[in-house]
Amino acid sequence: MSRVLVPCHVKGTVALQVGDVRTSQGRPGVLVIDVTFPSVAPFQLQEITFKNYYTAFLTIRVRQQTAPHTPARWVTCLRDYCLMPDPHSEEGAQEYVSLFHHQMLCDMARVVELRLILRQPSPLWLSFTVEELKIYQLGPKSPSVVFPKWLSHPVPCEQPAPLLEGFPDPSRVSSKVQQMWALTEMIRANHTSTRIGRFDVDGCYDLNLLSYT
Amino acid sequence: MLQEESDLSLIIAQIVQKLKGSNLYAQLERQAWASLQRPEIKLESLKEDIKEFFKITGWEKKLQNAVYSELSVFPLPSHPAAPPEHLKEPFLYMRKALGSWEKRILKSLNSMCTELSIPLARKRPVAEQKELLNKWNEMGTDEPDLSLFRPVYAPKDFLEVLINLRNPNYENGDPLSFRTHLGLIQVPLKVKDIPELKEYFVELGLNTGQLGIDDSTQVPPELFENEHVRIGQKVLAEQDSAAAQQYIRQGSPTALRAELWALILNISGQPEDILYYEQLKTNVIQYDLLVDRLTYKDVKLTASNDDYYFVFEDYLYQVLLCFSRDTSVLGHFAYNCASPPKSYIRGKIGLEEYAVFYPPNGVIPFHGFSMYVAPLCFLYHEPYKLYQIFREMYVRFFFRLHSISSHPSGIVSLCLLFESLLQTYLPQLFYHLREIGAQPLRISFKWMARAFSGYLATDQLLLLWDRILGYNSLEILAVLAAAVFAFRAVNLMEVTSLAAAEAVLADISTLKVMPLLQIFLFATVT
Repeated sequence: MSRVLVPCHVKGTVALQVGDVRTSQGRPGVLVIDVTFPSVAPFQLQEITFKNYYTAFLTIRVRQQTAPHTPARWVTCLRDYCLMPDPHSEEGAQEYVSLFHHQMLCDMARVVELRLILRQPSPLWLSFTVEELKIYQLGPKSPSVVFPKWLSHPVPCEQPAPLLEGFPDPSRVSSKVQQMWALTEMIRANHTSTRIGRFDVDGCYDLNLLSYT
Repeated sequence: MLQEESDLSLIIAQIVQKLKGSNLYAQLERQAWASLQRPEIKLESLKEDIKEFFKITGWEKKLQNAVYSELSVFPLPSHPAAPPEHLKEPFLYMRKALGSWEKRILKSLNSMCTELSIPLARKRPVAEQKELLNKWNEMGTDEPDLSLFRPVYAPKDFLEVLINLRNPNYENGDPLSFRTHLGLIQVPLKVKDIPELKEYFVELGLNTGQLGIDDSTQVPPELFENEHVRIGQKVLAEQDSAAAQQYIRQGSPTALRAELWALILNISGQPEDILYYEQLKTNVIQYDLLVDRLTYKDVKLTASNDDYYFVFEDYLYQVLLCFSRDTSVLGHFAYNCASPPKSYIRGKIGLEEYAVFYPPNGVIPFHGFSMYVAPLCFLYHEPYKLYQIFREMYVRFFFRLHSISSHPSGIVSLCLLFESLLQTYLPQLFYHLREIGAQPLRISFKWMARAFSGYLATDQLLLLWDRILGYNSLEILAVLAAAVFAFRAVNLMEVTSLAAAEAVLADISTLKVMPLLQIFLFATVT
């Protein structure tokens, strides 16, 4: 299924915290990222890709245009998706993740806006976010090719002239020859990535110092 | 699930590509062509008939073994957007630390080169080549002056780098929190705890027979040993790598060990392998490398001084010098985040056509490297077989012991596993040692970095390495280190300094490995 990148505008993260952000001691455990699509009409969302950076749980809410003249509604399409099995340890902390429309709780048609709610309950991490966020929509189906009539409706072939005795059946011979040809083609297409084993260049291994780059 | 199917087809495609260049592929092709002569192979059902032929003649088993062997080192399937360095090591701070450590090693080697005015590599004059060829089987009698050479680094230097490893996003501040690391390693990798280890090492449990415990003289052999040997012979007859790996988790009988290890590592003695080894030998004779001096020095300092291994000194040179020239080892950098050192032909700096790796295998030996080879000398007597087994063990396991990575079998995870096991299950001992300034990892690091080679008695070491092969993981080294501390806990509680603690643990050659592991994992009241 083809997919097409949708240009989006990712707004800055907003921390949700009780009390004044500047004076309180602890670090926020919930962040919200809004994603808008300023120049795109409501579209069918296919896939969301991003690189995690120490986020433990992800919730996604989507604003969908249900009917032409009603205001768009917010719906939760992914709830508490676990990115880090143990929020205190590093497992899954910097992984690349893809989320597909079939994993979502609702139908992802006519998406207008996205909201990602990131949660990291562990106080051990200094910050957390998601990076390299990319949204994809369903690509156009490949255009159907129109075949010329003689190709799509071949004329039934006439019965061949009766064979002389002792000759093999031509259709069997041709199928065998085809198979042999396919084998030779496969062998010719083989290429290998093994090394030859020489470590010098043209018989010379006189080196400078080791390079640092 | 669509995702899993596409992952699987990607893995299959990659393994097929890898195996296409191998000897096995050429042999299978030859066999397939030869089989066309047979009457049961028909052209219409060519594919099925040849598959059936392979099954009957045992070639399918060989292919299965090869695929199994590739899968054991294959990195897990990952996201298409992930760049290649992310596949090898997902954490950026680890890649950076590894990069700066490698730079340090390169600087050290370069300065040795310029100070001593010895080139990194030179072609030997013909007379010297002849002399070396004559002396090939007794290179140990050579006494070159190596006093000016020093090892590039020792395990304790590497430990200092690991201690300073920090995740920039982690709370490393002063106030002690519930997750402060009281040990030396300060990165929060995920390690197994004892319930998870019990499940992982279930075949080492109290109810399962073990070689190393149930083959001692007091136990009648009919109870376990005879049956185990019989099963081992059957596994060897079947030539199945996966079955051998499962079997060896309970230990390997001494008589079958060499063949079992070769089967698990998928090494069969082919004429091509002997030729390959001879080619490497020719490379050693033709070229003299600076790292050869480091190898000599290492062997003289470590293996030659060891009571068990000094007899194998000549073998060690024959293996290690060839190892430095083997470019096939470069293949392991596909799943190892480290990078092989690079250099250019003299006068052609910066031109990519003249870029080469130095040493040709990309691995710079350090102090104690030869101890990875020494125990294998007890099992294999032909140099080419010994060489192949060592090379395979290195690219599967030993490279993880001197490289910075977050892999569960990497040395960082092993250190963290050791420290967390000790801290959780022997808190008093851990606290006491920390208070007297004897952090336990400072003592156990050298054991783990050498996979206990040179510290345990040889038969015990081989029983331990059986389990490394059986579980395809090095975590058992950390468990054994913790078990040794648990065993000597009473004595350690009475020491008052790091030197005294080291003295208590200086000699572990009398210890029996399997009872210690069993007691620590399955019989300790927690």
